[in-house]
Amino acid sequence: MLLTNLENVPGKNITKHLGLVQGSTVRSKHVGRDIMAGFKNIFGGELEGYTELLHESREEAINRMVEQATSIGANAVLNIRFSTSSITQGASELFTYGTAVVLE
Amino acid sequence: MIELIIIMALLLIGYVVGTHLEKSHYHSIKERETELNNIPAIASKVLPAEFDTCETTLVAGNVVISVDYFKKFVAGLRIIVGGRVSTFETLIDRARREAILRMKEEARQLGADYVFNIKMETSSISKGQKNAIGSVEVLAYGTAIIRK
Repeated sequence: MLLTNLENVPGKNITKHLGLVQGSTVRSKHVGRDIMAGFKNIFGGELEGYTELLHESREEAINRMVEQATSIGANAVLNIRFSTSSITQGASELFTYGTAVVLE
Repeated sequence: MIELIIIMALLLIGYVVGTHLEKSHYHSIKERETELNNIPAIASKVLPAEFDTCETTLVAGNVVISVDYFKKFVAGLRIIVGGRVSTFETLIDRARREAILRMKEEARQLGADYVFNIKMETSSISKGQKNAIGSVEVLAYGTAIIRK
């Protein structure tokens, strides 16, 4: 599966458009992480726990999108976009979408 | 009285530790930026014709950075009179540059020469809540161009 956020793939022609595919996930960390993050709010600096959270969510959202693209017979997803939002404290939603296509 | 002392202590700790962390972070950002200068990040989505035989793949980098007590306090004061909240400007600047660096690092591991069509996503983990954890999360992503 070829993933790109460009609108075309260099040197390859699109033979078929299969429409929009998407994947989303909402994740949270356990309370311990939140307490640690609370302490970090005094000192500043990176919140590794949340960085990891966002990283995992991104992988998961991409996986779901790829799954959907595979099931409709695509071999590439073009023009991928990510979107993040917060739902409640310590939980974040990551949404990704793109156009599924068949490349020659 | 005791509350005042606690607040003063938190302000002092936040200022000293926060300033130190920010300085060392900026130092490491500048170092890695010169190191990764050979992989230009380009915001254009149109590929020049010379890249027709290249491989492309999605790369991304993310970071969550927290405010410190001092920054929060200064911003709280600034909101009363309005104007530039410079303590938060540096916070977001650090987060954006760090996210781009992580994205470039991923691109370098793939042996890429360029990263095209950079997009950024900024949000806060808990917005508008009481006693919320003040932090900014940045996700940077783009398409790595790998010359064969």
